[in-house]
Formats: sequence, C-alpha cells, structure tokens
Amino acid sequence: MTAEITRLSAATLAAELAGKQMSSVEATQACLDRIAEVDPLLHAFLYVDADGALTTAQAVDRRRAAGEELPALAGVPIALKDVMAMRGVPTTVGSKILENWRPPYDATVVTKLREAGLPVLGKTNMDEFAMGSSTEYSAYGPTRNPWDHDRIPGGSGGGSAAAVAGFEAPLAIGTDTGGSIRQPAAVTGTVGVKPTYGSVSRYGLVALASSLDQAGPCARSVMDAALLHEVIAGHDPRDSTSLPGPVPDVVKAARTADVRGLKIGLVTELNGPGYQAGVRQRFSEAVELLTALGADVREVSCPNFTYALGAYYLILPSEASSNLARFDGMRYGVRLGDDGESNVEEVMARTREGGFGAEVKRRIMLGTYALSSGYYDQFYGQAQKVRTLVQRDFAVAFADCDVLISPTCPTTAFPIGEKVDDPLAMYLNDIATIPVNLAGNGALSMPIGLAPEDGLPVGLQVIAPPQMDDRLYNVGAAVEAALEDRWGHPLIEEAPK
Amino acid sequence: MADLTREQVAHLAQLARLDLSPNELDHYNEQLNVILAAVAQVGEVAAQDVPATSHPIVMTNVFRADEVRPGLSHDDALSGAPATQDGRFRVPRILEEESS
Repeated sequence: MTAEITRLSAATLAAELAGKQMSSVEATQACLDRIAEVDPLLHAFLYVDADGALTTAQAVDRRRAAGEELPALAGVPIALKDVMAMRGVPTTVGSKILENWRPPYDATVVTKLREAGLPVLGKTNMDEFAMGSSTEYSAYGPTRNPWDHDRIPGGSGGGSAAAVAGFEAPLAIGTDTGGSIRQPAAVTGTVGVKPTYGSVSRYGLVALASSLDQAGPCARSVMDAALLHEVIAGHDPRDSTSLPGPVPDVVKAARTADVRGLKIGLVTELNGPGYQAGVRQRFSEAVELLTALGADVREVSCPNFTYALGAYYLILPSEASSNLARFDGMRYGVRLGDDGESNVEEVMARTREGGFGAEVKRRIMLGTYALSSGYYDQFYGQAQKVRTLVQRDFAVAFADCDVLISPTCPTTAFPIGEKVDDPLAMYLNDIATIPVNLAGNGALSMPIGLAPEDGLPVGLQVIAPPQMDDRLYNVGAAVEAALEDRWGHPLIEEAPK
Repeated sequence: MADLTREQVAHLAQLARLDLSPNELDHYNEQLNVILAAVAQVGEVAAQDVPATSHPIVMTNVFRADEVRPGLSHDDALSGAPATQDGRFRVPRILEEESS
C-alpha cells in the first residue's frame, strides 16, 4: 500500500484526500517510510521533520473530518530545498557556516505552504549556497540520481529533484538562479518550473544573487507543478521585487494542453554541436511532435545569448560576494577561531575560511574582483550591458513567437566526480538555462525521453514571455499528454525502483 | 588582459575576509585566471552604446505603509548567536589597544 501511495501524483493524492479515501497521515507516513528506505542511499534530504510533517497532516485530517473546505493541495506532502528559512527547522543552505542554525522565522513560501496545509517532510540537499550544477558542492555530501546512483542529480537543487524522482515526495520546492530547478529536473526526468522573476516571494530565501533568484515548483507532472505554482506565487509586501499583478491561471493552462496554431520558436543558439547526440535527437523528435500537434515551429536567432554565460558568471559572483558578506560569525551561524585574543576581523576571516567550501570561496573572490575599484566597468558594467542585449533578443523573438524551446541542458546526467574541480566545465551545464534568469522571464523543463546512448532522461525547455507563465503549462501539458500516449505511461515509470 | 598575480589574489582574499592558506592562494590564482579569460568575452560589447540592466523587471519606489508591526522578539533575535552576554551579541575585540 505504502509503495502505491508514494507513486501517486499530487493531483491524484489531493483528489483521494478530498474524497476521504485516504488520510493525510497515511500519505505523509508513506513518504516518511519511503525516505527511511531509500534516502540512506540517495541522500536527497539533509533533515527529515517527521514530527512536524505528521502534526500538519493530523491537523488537516481533523479539519477535513470536521467538514471544513480546504485548499486544493491540503494534506499533500512536500519537500523543501534547504535554502528556505523555516522556523525551528535546521536551515543550512548546504553549508557548514550555518550548521545547526534554526531560523527564528518562516520564509513567505513556507507561510504559504502552511496556509495551504502541505506537510513539509524535510529539507533537501543542495550545492552550498546554491552554487553548482551537481549537488556535489554540498558540505554534507552529494545526492545520487535515482536513475543511476553513480551520477549527479543536477544542481543546485539536486536534493529536491531526486526526492521527487525517487518517489520520496510528490512535490518539492526549488530555487533557480541560473538553472537550479530546470537542470535537475532535466537530468532526473521530472518537471521543474522557474516562474517569472518576482512571481514568488524571495522573503526568507537565503540570497545567492538577488536579481536572479526565483523559487518554483518541482514535480513529476506538469499539472502537479501547476498546482504547486498556484500555491506559492503571488504578491508579497515583504519583498520589494515582488510583482504586484495577478498570477496567470497556470492550472487552467495545464488543463488546456492545446498547441494548435501556437507559434513556437526554436532558438538556434541553444542547440548544436556542443549538445550530446541523444539530447539533440530527442529534442528534434519533440519538435516533430509539436508540429504534429498543430504548432507552427520556426527557427529564431538570439545572437547575444553567446555572451550570456560570461555575463552570468560576472553578475552572479558579484551579487553573491555582496550577499554573503553577512555570514561573518557574529549574530548567527558558526564562529571559528575566537580564542579571546584575536580581533573581530581575524575571527571573521577564520570563520569564513573554515565555514565556506571551495566553490563558494572561488565565487566570492571572483565577485570581489569584478566589483573592485578599477575593474567594475570592465566586468560588472559590461555584464549588465549584456543583460540588456539578452532582453532585447528575447523581445525580438517573442514579437514572432508565443513561446521558445530548446534542450534544457547540453548533456544528460554526468558521473559524480567528473567535473567537481573544473569550474568552467561545471558552468557550461547552465548554458541553455541562464539567458532566462538574466532576462527575468519564466521557463519550464520537462522530460521528453531517454538518450539512446546512455538511457538517461533528456529535458525540453519551454520559455515564455515575462508574466505569461501560463503558456509554459499549456505547452508542457500538451507535450506530456502526447508522449504518455505514445509510451503508455509517464517516463518516470521507467526509472529503476 | 593581464593575469591576476598571487599578490592580487591575496589582496582579494583580505577584502573578502577569507583567511586562505598558501595552497589555496595558488589554486585560486590559477582558477580565477582561467575563469576570467573565459568570461572576458563580455568585453566584446564594450563599444556598443547599450544601457546597463541591473534588474530584470523594472520597478521603482516600492513602498509599504509605515505601520507599527511586531518584529522578532529579543530571544528570537539572539537565538542563533554564537555567543551572547547580558541579552546582547558578544563579539570579539573590535577596537585595538591604542584606541581603547
């Protein structure tokens, strides 16, 4: 029974809970049992909050029994990336510098999950401070890909993606600064959405690069992602960059699933010889499928995307070096080398040296340089110009197209250890996901098959104009339905049990 | 573009308050130069008369109502502190001998 529950979609779980065919305690306990069974190997979770999750589940069950009308996902368990503050629950951001820190407040996303009645199973593993594409930079050890345990689950949100792909949780929260929701979704055969910048509050999200960070849903189906998107999006007065307008009806769009007459642009610069053969093959099949479904697919060029990776790896370290200045061991977190003799600056430098891992220090140094006197115009200033050019490329492309598509990443999941000390090779994973973060619009990644050469999942990226995230779900759901018709089941069913 | 020297890397570490070991200085010196060479292509847009974008979606003067609301309690604010004393954050020496 337990095994069956954990394989249900969030939408099905929600329907069974609403129909009182199952209790939230049963659903939550099934996930906790599954975590106890598989997580010693997968290591998707840094902390499991069994008591907290079951307490929420019991409360939902009581309210339902009393005949209260509850939100759609009430009682459906969820996993939370360890970058979100949750009162009283350890929040480490995958870093030693916040080991054992228990935030005294909730992130707005957590408040919304509480209000919607979703039991939070625990906190998921991630690259330290969300810097990475493999979850190998977590200070607490890597997460394994449920499809192949010797391979990475993507990053930085590898824990959230692996928890969903490994049937430990039907839903998870991720954050995406340069691809950290979409790339893990692609390499684990799951669905991940980066909403338009400003749609989901950043309050209580430990900041990496504030002008790029955006939280979003991780799920096993497009509809499940839409249901979660609806819960977490919306204006928040605690975040000055939060969008004031209404959230597009993403759930309705996921039900529509109709691409007939839609103009879809295939981005020339986000495909080609640098992409693995099996990725390109599955992607061109997806293009054929969209055409067969009645979409009008044409090629579009975004020439300035060539500069996006370079600009991103100047803007991100610059903002991160500034944001991470707060981790100094004075008011919270770990303090190292305070021997009673040393002054505050020496203690700060020892705390940061011992508390941060190699990739975090590398990016802090890079950002400090890019922002330093005499180099600012050459690096950060130039990168900001590229950002304008990338936005203009999108504007031109969207003048002719309703959505754009590309492969989500150039390769399938690579072996653990392969790129861990080669920062440039690691950074190239993000080449197709980064332009969206620079411009601020929303994008989705969904599974479109397995690469023939390695049998690992390939992701399709769908990109919409800013604040039109509903289009992602319409296109995603249409492709998903057609592929599942062809395969006879969702792709994730082919993952090893 | 001239490569970063080891002295420059040591200066950056000092600015960033990172007490790097000599081995780390060598390692980061090499890696930062590789990364900087790769990202230097953004300089190709230098001549273009393009405005800078700092933020994806432009919003200006975002205000909230100036109302008194409860904030963190004293105990909550101190709950994560590595050291406290008399209800305050206890920190290492900030002033040097001669200025105290």
